[in-house]
Amino acid sequence: MRIGVFICHCGSNIAATVDCPSVAATALTYPDVVFSTDTMYACSEPGQDAIIQAVKEKNLDGVVVASCSPRMHEPTFRRAVERAGLNRYMFEMANIREHVSWIGKTKDLNTGKAAELVRMAVEKLRRDRPLLAKRFETTKRVLVIGGGVAGIQAALDCADGGLEVIMVEREQSIGGKMAKLDKTFPTVDCSSCVLGPKMVDVAQNPNITLYACSEIESVGGYVGNFQVTIRKKATYVDWNKCTGCGLCTEKCPSRKHPDTFNENLCNAPSINIPFPQAIPKKAAINPETCLMLTKGKCGLCAKVCPTKCIDFEQKDELINVDVGAVVVATGYDLFDWHKYPQYGEGRYPDVITSLQYERLLSASGPTGGHIKRPSDGKEPKNVVFIQCVGSRDKSVGRPYCSGFCCMYTAKQTILTKDHLPDSQSYVFYMDIRSPGKMYDEFVRRAMEEYGAQYVRGRVSMIYPKDDKLIVRGADTLIGTQVEVPADLVVLAVGVEAAHGAVQLGEKLRVAPDQYGFFVESHPKLKPVETNTAGVFLAGACQGPKDIPASVGQGSAAAAKALVLLSKKELESDPAVSRVNPARCVGCGKCAQTCPFGAIKMVEDRFGNPKAEVIDTVCQGCGICTVTCPQGAIQLEHFTDNQILAEVNALCPPKILANCE
Amino acid sequence: MNKIAYYPGCSGQGTSEEYDRSSRAICKALGIDLVDIPDWSCCGSTPAHTVNHVLSAALSARNLALVEGMGLDTVTTPCPSCLTNLRTAAHKMENPEFRAKVNALLDVPCTKTIEAQSVLQILTENVDMTLIKSRVVKPLTGIKIACYYGCIMNRPPELMRFDHHENPMAMDNIMTALGAEVVPYPLKVECCGASFGIARGDIVARLSGKLLDAGRRLGADAFVTACPLCQMNLDMRQGQINDALHENFKIPVFYYTQLLGYALGLDRADLGFEKLCVDPRLALGRIKQPAQAS
Repeated sequence: MRIGVFICHCGSNIAATVDCPSVAATALTYPDVVFSTDTMYACSEPGQDAIIQAVKEKNLDGVVVASCSPRMHEPTFRRAVERAGLNRYMFEMANIREHVSWIGKTKDLNTGKAAELVRMAVEKLRRDRPLLAKRFETTKRVLVIGGGVAGIQAALDCADGGLEVIMVEREQSIGGKMAKLDKTFPTVDCSSCVLGPKMVDVAQNPNITLYACSEIESVGGYVGNFQVTIRKKATYVDWNKCTGCGLCTEKCPSRKHPDTFNENLCNAPSINIPFPQAIPKKAAINPETCLMLTKGKCGLCAKVCPTKCIDFEQKDELINVDVGAVVVATGYDLFDWHKYPQYGEGRYPDVITSLQYERLLSASGPTGGHIKRPSDGKEPKNVVFIQCVGSRDKSVGRPYCSGFCCMYTAKQTILTKDHLPDSQSYVFYMDIRSPGKMYDEFVRRAMEEYGAQYVRGRVSMIYPKDDKLIVRGADTLIGTQVEVPADLVVLAVGVEAAHGAVQLGEKLRVAPDQYGFFVESHPKLKPVETNTAGVFLAGACQGPKDIPASVGQGSAAAAKALVLLSKKELESDPAVSRVNPARCVGCGKCAQTCPFGAIKMVEDRFGNPKAEVIDTVCQGCGICTVTCPQGAIQLEHFTDNQILAEVNALCPPKILANCE
Repeated sequence: MNKIAYYPGCSGQGTSEEYDRSSRAICKALGIDLVDIPDWSCCGSTPAHTVNHVLSAALSARNLALVEGMGLDTVTTPCPSCLTNLRTAAHKMENPEFRAKVNALLDVPCTKTIEAQSVLQILTENVDMTLIKSRVVKPLTGIKIACYYGCIMNRPPELMRFDHHENPMAMDNIMTALGAEVVPYPLKVECCGASFGIARGDIVARLSGKLLDAGRRLGADAFVTACPLCQMNLDMRQGQINDALHENFKIPVFYYTQLLGYALGLDRADLGFEKLCVDPRLALGRIKQPAQAS
């Protein structure tokens, strides 16, 4: 075998603490190495050309590159050796940046360690053999989980691109958080007027199938061929017949359950359509408060319904669909501000969240767009906004900035002045973060044209005094304590991951970060991909995002899905497990331990049980290979012999050392 | 059985004698056996820790060492300021280096970690609320009470580890159990001005005045407190506050132990109502007499 070795400087990243030419010289002494050199940037165009040239000139059979993490550039170099005419699996990478130069400062030690890692790679490469990918067809259908603005955008773009789309929404209607907003910043245009038509497009697009009141039950399969089970929850209304006329909601005598669409500011009937623009505009029964379902009497809705669509016997339904790609757009939840005892822990009715305030401002909200405080329905005069409630606060486990609270607070001060010209808004803030297009100008407008008083400092406590709330805080710019008598206090609550996101992530094999937001594949270069091929992220499920960013990412995720499914066939990774049937005793242990269900039990022609690997499902994790008592399963490209060769290269057994 | 070392603190011997007396009386009535620390000394109070942390800790550690000598592991005190010092000393001595420095100053070294708790905490955590309820002979029905905890009974929360640091409920729960109506007093843990009473009367007038004002607006007939300094500022200085703010507050300020003892029907002599500056008779008069013979 003829092996070529390339030691990358990575600028000063590696060369500063590793003597690269010396490592290259050492590598030349390793068995089968016929060519070795160091290079400034192996991944650059001249760097890759040099590899290709060396393969051709020196007639190489395999290449080792010692540089950065294989997660970064293994595909790059595999493509390079392929262009040189070799099989892409005749390539090995040694990580001498993250594993050596970035963590050690002593040049001698680093140089020695780098040489040893290269030696391991060489020993593995000597046992590599060419592998060929299998090709498989894909399902031209996309699953979009979450019907907020990001999911809607992704679904519409995919559908317009010619893919079938299955949209699954947990709530009764799509629209997400944006549907609850009155106006949007920085244009102060009507949120539902912007979003409404898009929601209608979803309903009317023949390529989109919408499942509301539904959740993902399970996800199986692999990129291009996922099998998804959707749980369509019982709504006790036959949606095929329901016309959304609303007669039932008017007659329903039960008004006990809090109206979640209106952020619990008022109560809703037990059979309800959440809001006038709801998509689908269908009624659903809340089984917890419905008198018929809890006590077995009433049934008024069934009597008045002109289409006879009420069905108290309805059960959850499981629907199986095959899809080729998944777009996750599960959005966010708001921080539970009851963790702040100094703001009353919910004891004061006139301390509300910004989203509740948004419902008060909205013409379709519980007060018809009139600002009335919850305690006595009076119009407030002094409205105090407190920013960073549950964001940038380590003490409640939310050290990150939620990003859009500065902006929506500024918007709400403007709307407050519009609604109540005599009112005065005060905003307690830490810093103003408004980096988007026309954003800073917008905040300045709130201050300068609408007279919002911005006070830089945190609020230490809120307490009631007669019918006012005294907001006590600091003004750190003039260095004094301030107290503002408020009629209404609005808490600009921060953002946290949607409830249930972690459990969904487990089903999709997408990792959440420490706060429950989904982790993208690469924070800079793969912002919508995940580490599971074929699963893409859109919107605030990845981290706090405002509407423009969510829409942008929704389109980006759709583009990724379209790219993926535009290919007629996909290639499977050939680095999967292989069963040696001669050794296999058919014990089935491998099938039990495989987390992906990639091993099935079959019979050979003599009727003996044997294990068989389903190539396209196998993820190459290697769990089966260590489980097999016979050593009958080997992971291609990572066989026992290859791994032992690496270990021996690092710490040669005495008998081998003596031979040398 | 329920033996706990008792640290009265200096104010218990002087300005808040009635707090000391009533605390002992209710503990006895509820089966808590308080044992006085022999030859206890000052905890260092406010000044010591501003001068020297080791010296300040040593003043408290001397008392903790005495508790250790008594063979007990818990000490209780009615005074939150004493409590803070005892707890701080015990906490700091978890660092062996610091403990060595402190022990160098003591005749008898303090080797064990002694737990210090307020009498209020003992009542809340060691005594069943149903027991208190069952012992009530004169329910406080008809009186409206504002519970004021002061700023250091529950704070800093990491050190005191008792009740809620922004909205404590221990006294509220006891007063409710006794049958009183507890008003939702929002300034439970606000500062009364503390020892500024001597140096800057104007500050105390402003801060304590605000506390009294909030209680009056809520219609409270009386305050209960758990801190000698808070009680002094609200009660004894009420006249000064009235002068400074041109107000006319006349709200009695009890120690919660006094009202607890009253409801348990303890001897008036043990409760020391006569020590209060603002006449409590009007407020006590609001308590409805239990119906005779039923």
